[in-house]
Amino acid sequence: MADFSVLIGGKAGEGINQAASLIAHLLNRLGWRIYVYLDYPSLIRGGHNFAIIRASEKKIAVHRDKIDVLLALNQDTVDLHKHRLKDNSLIVYDSDTVKSKGSGLPLEKMIKEEGGSAIMRNSCIIGAFCRAAGIKQDILEEVFKKHIPREADLNIKIALRGYNETEESLALPAISQAPFSLFTGNEAIGLGLIKAGLKSYIAYPMTPSSGVLHFLAGLSKEFSLKVVHPESEISVILMALGFAYCGEKAAVGTSGGGFCLMNEGLSLAGMAELPVVIVMGQRPGPSTGVPTYTAQADLNFVLNAGHGEFVRLVTAPGDAEEACYWSAVALNIAWKYQIPCFVLTDKTLNEATFSFEASAVDSVKEEPPLLWDKDGDYKRYLNTETGVSPLAFVPRKGAVIKASSYEHDDYGITTEDPATITSSYDKRLRKEKYLAQDLEKYRAVKAYGNPSAECAVVCWGSNKGVCVEAAEKLGLKVIQPLVLSPFPLKQFSEALKGAKKVICVENNATGMLAGLMSARGLKVDKMILKYDGRPFSLDELESRLGEAMR
Amino acid sequence: MSQNDLGTYAVNTWCPGCGNFAILNAVKAILDELRNEGFPLEKVVLVSGIGCHAKIVDYINVNSFYSIHGRVVPVAIGIKLANPDLKVIGFAGDGDAYGEGLEHLIFAAKRNIDITMIIHNNRVYGLTTGQYTPTSPLGFRGRSTPFGTRELPINPLELMLSSGATFLARGYSHGIELLKGIFKEALAHKGFSLVDVLQVCVTFYNMYQYYTRHAYELKDHDPRNYDGALQKIREWDYNKEAPIALGTFYKKEAATFEEPFRDYGAQVDRGSKIRQLLEKNI
Ligand SMILES: Cc1ncc(C[n+]2csc(CCOP(=O)(O)OP(=O)(O)O)c2C)c(N)n1
Ligand code: SF4
Repeated sequence: MADFSVLIGGKAGEGINQAASLIAHLLNRLGWRIYVYLDYPSLIRGGHNFAIIRASEKKIAVHRDKIDVLLALNQDTVDLHKHRLKDNSLIVYDSDTVKSKGSGLPLEKMIKEEGGSAIMRNSCIIGAFCRAAGIKQDILEEVFKKHIPREADLNIKIALRGYNETEESLALPAISQAPFSLFTGNEAIGLGLIKAGLKSYIAYPMTPSSGVLHFLAGLSKEFSLKVVHPESEISVILMALGFAYCGEKAAVGTSGGGFCLMNEGLSLAGMAELPVVIVMGQRPGPSTGVPTYTAQADLNFVLNAGHGEFVRLVTAPGDAEEACYWSAVALNIAWKYQIPCFVLTDKTLNEATFSFEASAVDSVKEEPPLLWDKDGDYKRYLNTETGVSPLAFVPRKGAVIKASSYEHDDYGITTEDPATITSSYDKRLRKEKYLAQDLEKYRAVKAYGNPSAECAVVCWGSNKGVCVEAAEKLGLKVIQPLVLSPFPLKQFSEALKGAKKVICVENNATGMLAGLMSARGLKVDKMILKYDGRPFSLDELESRLGEAMR
Repeated sequence: MSQNDLGTYAVNTWCPGCGNFAILNAVKAILDELRNEGFPLEKVVLVSGIGCHAKIVDYINVNSFYSIHGRVVPVAIGIKLANPDLKVIGFAGDGDAYGEGLEHLIFAAKRNIDITMIIHNNRVYGLTTGQYTPTSPLGFRGRSTPFGTRELPINPLELMLSSGATFLARGYSHGIELLKGIFKEALAHKGFSLVDVLQVCVTFYNMYQYYTRHAYELKDHDPRNYDGALQKIREWDYNKEAPIALGTFYKKEAATFEEPFRDYGAQVDRGSKIRQLLEKNI
């Protein structure tokens, strides 16, 4: 498989993110499939930010350790990534500030001469990269025009300066396939929610899910979405429940720390049977942890969050298409069952950029909830066979709609009567059975790789990309549960059939999925765990799988 | 006046003599008046927190959201943003709103969202049997402070005024006509309104005699004058012995937070807009 990686690095505030996006779009235009890994510390200026843009002829969802091109805006980029270089890797650097081998360009001097500002050094270095890679000038101009929000012309002028002062050395081929749209995981979540009828998004900023807030806020006018950033996560989820009470589909987004604050609202949703989607982007914890890095250590928290017992859906998508699809499913299911539904992600998935297949959006649509259409007394909590009560929303003439956090009877009036407590409790919990049946219609567990392999790699969330690619190389099978609650035991056991050795791959220290499996009597032989805040690279997982199989 | 159909079958469990009855009766009367004036009651949503006061939503047969301790305000805001045509009335205790939920109250005032908050300020935790609250006086002996508190109360009206509230009033659970008048004015106000009701808890902090001795009705007071309002609000600080004014302290017209949200929620062809977005991101 033809495969190609570019690393661009510099200090925070030097526009590495934007540069990575431009490079991704340039390669995308040539027909390559894209994956962009972003690595940055939690500070605004200084430090070391870098992005690895990996291009491949087939779809990918993981970065590689080795790189083909290093674009260095500062000395750290050269010093910290030496180990990633191959013999023939191309290095382009700012010779005004960096000492290195390779091809140096006086970026500072060049942008000054062209009348640009310091931030435009990245355009200049991208121009140099384009020429080195044999990317045509008109493609460069087109991509810059389309994807630079401000001062595109000046950026193009500066990029062409870099372009003209560089020699072609890589001869990167174009791939004869149509380019895809590029979206981050966060944006894909936003797309799925919109498609499934989201009316409002409420969030308090927290990495790594802030991207959903930013994306939807930017689209709020166009899609007529109410996007609110209130005073705290406590407020966030309660406002969302206010929206839900009025029949407006709402979602919220946060990370572990913010989700701690949402727990009381979550329990309220459980008791009052109010639908809400919670996008929970994991990062290393406990507490503030390592804010801009990745982890998968909140699975148990999300599965068990809130007090009391209530039904929830927990989905864990593995790439942009799944993020879009399962966000939409989560919203539909939240309303179908009047329960809280989670889209459990991690920084790797939230912030990575993917080549995105449009069919993921096409495959979902809004599903209407069960509505009350009768005259007579309305019972908000009518006790039905499935546990789902027909909904009516204010203002509805003739209906008095009472939602409650207290234990209540069918009308929503407080009760402490033992028989009513039991029957109300049963009503709410009964939904799980029907939800589990419903999930049989979805691919709640996916399998990849060699179906007859004796060794199965089990993973969840963003580890899908790395596991699938590594397993295909090694001839293994991969099993990825996309739903973690209710646990899709039937589909999971089916996928596991024939596997003699099971290896669980996770970004946490204790093996949370492995624990979940063991609790259901599913054997795990080995765990490959990584919890340094960094995702597995393809090369790293290949070698660790190799060891684990020995 | 027929308020009968505004009641429910829920058994009222407040202590006899509790000030909550006055609030319940005043609210029912006001809702009945609203209805008679042609306002459809299905457009009213009551939100409550947790505490003795919060049971009020069980006793009134209109839409309601019985929320959790301290969280009346964000729920009310969500409801108002979802549908700015609704009349949203929040009921909270002083422990509830001035303790656990204080940040929300400040932000609601700051936003000038058009909701009405009725605070059942009995200056004690009722439902959890008599602990001190943010408005209990210095030295208050409650079950968690048997030797007396060592902190001064906050003056919630002063705090709300400085947070940007555009309607502030004080009521008393004795004298229902005055209370009704205040509620009516608060409900008619466009913007964030708060009525701090001195609601006497007969069981844990019986202040009837004290209030009746000190309370007087605000007259010849110009509620549009901020400084004058502040002065009146500071007259009694919930601690020292002083005259206790009842009525509307402050009233101001200002843009409301929910108004721009009316423009949202329209049906749009999401499919074609998403296709444009997909195209844009190639
Ligand atoms: C988060 C949370 N903490 C504590 C409680 C227990 N609790 C129930 S009511 C209450 C205080 C009630 O006092 P107040 O809000 O003044 O209302 P009142 O009962 O006096 O009307 C408390 C602390 C709770 N329900 N939720
Ligand atoms: S405890 Fe106090 S506030 Fe609660 S019902 Fe009794 S008198 Fe009213």
